Order: sequence, then structure tokens, then C-alpha cells
Amino acid sequence: MTVSPDAPHDYPPGQHPSLPPPPTSTGIVGWLRGNLFSSLFSTALTIVTVWLLWLLISNLADWMLFDAVVSADSQAACRALDSGACWAVIAARLDQFVYGFYPEPERWRPNLVFVLLIIALAPILYDRTPARKQLLWFSAAYPFIAGWLIYGGIGLTVVPTGMYGGFLLTMIIGITGIAASLPLGIALALGRQSDMIAFRILCTVFIEFARGVPLITLLFVASTMLNYFLPPGTSFDLLVRVLIMVSLFAAAYLAEAVRGGLQAIPRGQYEAASALGLSWWATTRKVTLPQALKISIPGIVNVFVGLYKDSTLVVIIGMLDPLGIARAALADAKWNGLSTETYLFVALFFFVSCFAMSRYSMWLERRLARGEAQ
Amino acid sequence: MTALAIWRQESTRFVALQIGGVLLIFALIAWLLGNVAANFAALDKTFGFGFLWELPANYDINQTLIDYSAQSTHLRAALVGLLNTFLVAAIGIVLATILGFAVGALRLSENWLVSRLASAYVEFTRNTPVLLLILLWHGIIINTLPHPRQALSIADSVFLTNRGVYVPKPLFEDGFLYVLAVFFAGLGATWLLCRRQRDTPARRLSVAVAGVVFSVALAAIAFFLAGNPIRFETPALRGFNYQGGLSLIPELVALTWALAFYTSGFIAENVRAGIMSVDCGQTDAARSLGLPRIRILRLIVLPQAMRVIVPPLTSSYLDLTKNSSLAIAIGYMDLVATLGGITLNQTGREMEAMLLVMAVYLLISLTIAAFMNWYNNRVRLPGR
Repeated sequence: MTVSPDAPHDYPPGQHPSLPPPPTSTGIVGWLRGNLFSSLFSTALTIVTVWLLWLLISNLADWMLFDAVVSADSQAACRALDSGACWAVIAARLDQFVYGFYPEPERWRPNLVFVLLIIALAPILYDRTPARKQLLWFSAAYPFIAGWLIYGGIGLTVVPTGMYGGFLLTMIIGITGIAASLPLGIALALGRQSDMIAFRILCTVFIEFARGVPLITLLFVASTMLNYFLPPGTSFDLLVRVLIMVSLFAAAYLAEAVRGGLQAIPRGQYEAASALGLSWWATTRKVTLPQALKISIPGIVNVFVGLYKDSTLVVIIGMLDPLGIARAALADAKWNGLSTETYLFVALFFFVSCFAMSRYSMWLERRLARGEAQ
Repeated sequence: MTALAIWRQESTRFVALQIGGVLLIFALIAWLLGNVAANFAALDKTFGFGFLWELPANYDINQTLIDYSAQSTHLRAALVGLLNTFLVAAIGIVLATILGFAVGALRLSENWLVSRLASAYVEFTRNTPVLLLILLWHGIIINTLPHPRQALSIADSVFLTNRGVYVPKPLFEDGFLYVLAVFFAGLGATWLLCRRQRDTPARRLSVAVAGVVFSVALAAIAFFLAGNPIRFETPALRGFNYQGGLSLIPELVALTWALAFYTSGFIAENVRAGIMSVDCGQTDAARSLGLPRIRILRLIVLPQAMRVIVPPLTSSYLDLTKNSSLAIAIGYMDLVATLGGITLNQTGREMEAMLLVMAVYLLISLTIAAFMNWYNNRVRLPGR
């Protein structure tokens, strides 16, 4: 209970009710004083920052919105209309940015795959999804369904992998890489922690090798050299080769993230499990791995975000991911010199998806931490 | 013991499993190498590194730190590429560290606006592909910076143009040697004094700081006594481009800046996590002892935070070095673009070239990893 300060003071010592906080420390004024103007230095910092921010935002807004051109036939037409950004290049090439050169009449297939992706991801990402058990079976089957829908065969026209491009290609590489590297990475982490010295050495060598070389060199190997390692005369699709390399590369990083989790589990957990007579397999599956994975969620998601971002590297070996499409558009004399516009557009796509991934991992961490506290 | 009983023993099973696994891996490797041999025989190819010093490279490199011409060997070209990789890595690491520590500190600022802006910066850099950033900054330099004739100039000595950045080139005269000698003598004396203070790390730091400041001051005095032995050659517009001074090609500027920009976000996050990992009881205890803020940071917080910051910091440096291999996307001639690019295409020695490139990167990674282990052991808290 609060009272006004000028009330008669006939309370016994120590029993005076709390006075209200001074008006300058509550509400908007209090927040401003506390967070923006708490000291002379802070005030100066706020003023300088607001001024710089105003300069930046007003110039950017002019360029991106007020002086921008949304529809025109070429860069020259854009420049003739206004001085700002020329977003017309995005509008003209939007189909390619999304599907690459996937044939137009078949585009319902990637669209369907995307819708099914949401259904397949829901039970994995959110544990209160209705009918979760049944849907998880669908999630397990999803990669095969998606592969069939995208590639074709059995009743559908085959679309060669060279025609995939744009964000579709990013999604294919990202999702296959994530799905394949998770089990592989866990196996490598367990191998590196294993008591069996031969497996430990093999896993360590593989992990250190994959982490020690840049991904681009592995992609070069996939594109130029992998055929040498196969029996003469055999060869397989470039996209498959790239998918294998990307998955192996990400698996090595993932293994290190999971290993951190495994090492963080107190010894008592292992000892308790072995006192109960659990086998190594049962200990791993029921005791240590669930805890290790929970601890390493931030690390695992970082690896996934990294893999997703690194999928752009395929442009260097000539595949048409969004950056490849952007470069193709820029090489067109009609759209010469609009690199900032196109790359910013691609950056927006990556930012939105990666930001969503990292926010989801933070949410999941908080949720699991809440489970711990109960 | 029957065979079954032996099999039931865990140790036997372990050995059998391991032998089986190793045999399988060796069989796989043998199969792959056999395929390579068969393929090479079918294509009439040989394996060897002779091409490195036998053939002239026959291509130009747009930035060379050592003497190089198209008649030089492929080995020389690879060396030029490697040095270019190191150059990008070195400048990038310095820039990324400065930016990263600054942004990390700003994120912890009590000022709401500043900390929000810093975290927006971190989110943007961490959630965009580094290759995209390289292409974006390269595009900005090429397409939006003015032609040399309308160059943006800073104090009439640094010029920003779409052909590159031109900065004054320092020319050292003989007197500069004395300045250097004085400076390094000061540093040497500081080092000796620091060694004496081995048991009191806090005082050692003060001695080191004082020593460095003193050496710089001495060097400055020597500089004036020797009669300003540095001249600067400022770039000047002649014809269509700037002549003189030090020119940084746009590819170098774009690559180092993009790599530093990208990596600084990760470093900022590490710095923040490191400082937050120091228990606030430590700061409270230091405050109650009456230590001023700056000394709390220097003596209590930073030494403990560095323990957390350095391991991820070194791996950020390593990532930056490995990411510099994306130089090939904008035509900066690093190791991958020379040995793994043009040399590979000209000689058709994919296997040898890629093996060498990978070996070099692996060597760099393992060296940095060894340093990290050494540092971790040095700063590890006893008893943990």
C-alpha cells in the first residue's frame, strides 16, 4: 500500500508504508532516464547515435523507397525514371530467383513440396502439434516424397537437376544437408568419444580434415575430381556429389558441437547407467545422448545456419543458386551495374530464414530449460 | 573357454569390431586408389609435382607482393597466391578484431539505443552468407564509387575510386633505422623488466604498458632528432588514373572489408559472452574494495573473460582465413584462384593441385589449433 508523503506520521518505527517511487523513475520518463539519458556520457551517445541513425535512415529510405523504380524494362529506363534503387531487375527475374530454370508447367511440384515441408516440419519443431505421432511418420517419408516430386519419374516428367536453381536449390541443399548431417554428425561425435581407439582415430582424422579445409576446395573436388575415385566410365549427378560433400562437411562441424554436449554431461550419469547394468547402446540412447543434444542445441543450430549460408558457395562451381541467378542477371547488358539491388534482395531472403532458425533455437532452449526447472 | 565365451567377453568383441572396421576402411581406400590408378591409366595421365617448377605459369596476377611475371613458374604463382591469402587474412583479422571488440562492448552498453543498434549489426552480419557480403561490397565499390576523375578524397591524401583505393605511401629514409633501433631497444628493456615481475601479473601488466608508452615516446624523440625521416608520396591523378602512392585494388578492399565485417559479428558475440561469463560477484567484490571502474575491467573482468574469449576468437580467425578462399568469386588471386584455379585448368593436374591447396589450409588450421591448445593449457584454472 502506498500513501502520499504528507500524511500524518503516527506509525510505529519501521512500520511506515512504502512511499510511491519518484515520478522521474517510473513510466516513460523513468525508462528514458534509465536507458537513454542516465549520465552525461550516455546522453551525448544517444544524441550522436540518433543523428547518425537519421542520416542513415533518411538516405537509405530515399534510395530504397521514395526514389526507387519498381517496374521498368532495363537499367537505363530505371535511371531515366528516378535516381534511387532499380528494383525492376528483381521483378523481371523473380521466377528465376525462386525456381531457377525449373520448367514453368511443372512448377506446381516445388510449390507442393514447400507446402508439404511445412506439414513435415511442424511435428518436429513443435511438440504439441495435433496427431504428432502419425505426422512424424510423414516427416520420415518426406525426403523421399520431396525427392520424387522434384526430380520426377514414376508418372511425373523427369526434370534434370541442372535446371534447379534459385531459392529452390538453396532449400534442396539446405534441407538435405541438415537431414543427412545430423545422424552422421552424431555418429562421428560418438565415435570420437568411443573407447575403441581405432574408431576414435578414424573419426578424429575425418573431423579434423573436414574442419581444416575450406568448403570450396571440397566442392572443387566434387565438381572436377570425384569421377577419378569411381570405377572408369561411371559418373553421377553433380547435384548429388555436391549434396554428399556439403553433408560430410557439415557433419564434421556438427560432431564437434555434439561432442561439446557429450563432454558436459557429468560422469555420474555414465556411472549410474552402468550401475543399472545398461548396455552402451541403451546408455547412449536413453541417458547421455538426449542430454547432450539438449545442451548442444545452440551449437547444432549454428552449424545448420552455417550450412544453409554456405550453400551459396555452389555458385563458384557453376550452379545457379540465388547468387548464380543474380550474377546471370547482372551479366545481362540490360541490367548492368545493379549489383547492390540484386544482392540486397538475396541477402534479405537469407537473413529472414537464418534469423528465423536462430530465434527458433532460442525459443527451444528456453522451453527445455523450463522443463529442467520443474 | 569355448569360442562363444570368448566372444561374450567385451574386450574380444571390441578388438574384433575395431579390426573389422579398420580393414573395411582400408579396403575402401584401396578401392578408391585403385580406381584413381585405373582412371589415370585410361586417360594417359601421370601423377607428379614436376609441373610446379618445370612449366612457366603464363598468366598474369593482378596483385603481387613478390617479383612475378607470366614467365615465372607455377610454384612461384602459387607462392604469390599464398602471400595474397596471408595479406587478406592479416588485414582482415586486425580489422575484425577491432570492429568485433568495439561492437561487443557497445552491446553491453547501458544505453538502450546503442546496445540495440549493436545487436542489429551482429544479427545482420551473422545471418547473411559471407560470399554474398563479398559480392555485395565488391559491387558497391565497382558500381557506386566514382571514376578516378571524380574520386572521393579524404584530406586530399586518400582517394576512393572504382579502380581501387589510393593511400599515401610511406618512404623511409636512412634516419628511420635509428628510430626503429630506439623503439625495439625500449621494447626489449620492457620485456626484461616484465620477466622480473613474473609473480605479480597485475604489476607486470602495468610495467608492460608503461614500458611500451615509454618506448613510443623515446622513438618519437628519436624521430624528431633524426629530422623526420619519413616522407609520404601522395597519389596524384595523371591521365585516367592515380599514379604514385600505395594502390589497393578493389578486390583486396572488398574482400578484406567483407570478411572483417562478417567475422566481427561473431567476435562481438564472443566478447559479449566472455564478459557476461564473469560472475557479477567478482565485480561487486572489486567495487566494495573501492577499485575504480577501469581497473575493475583491467584487473578483474578482462583476465577472466579472455579465458572464455580466446578459444572461439582463434577459431573465428581460422574461419576468416578459410573464408578468404572465396576470393575466387571476385577475381582476387589468392591460393585457390592461382594454384587451385588457373594452374589447375592450364595443366590439368586436378589431383596434385587440389591436394596441395588442401594440405596448405590443413597446415594453417592445425598450427592455429596447436596454438589454441597451448593457450588453453596456460590459462586453465588449476583443479578444473
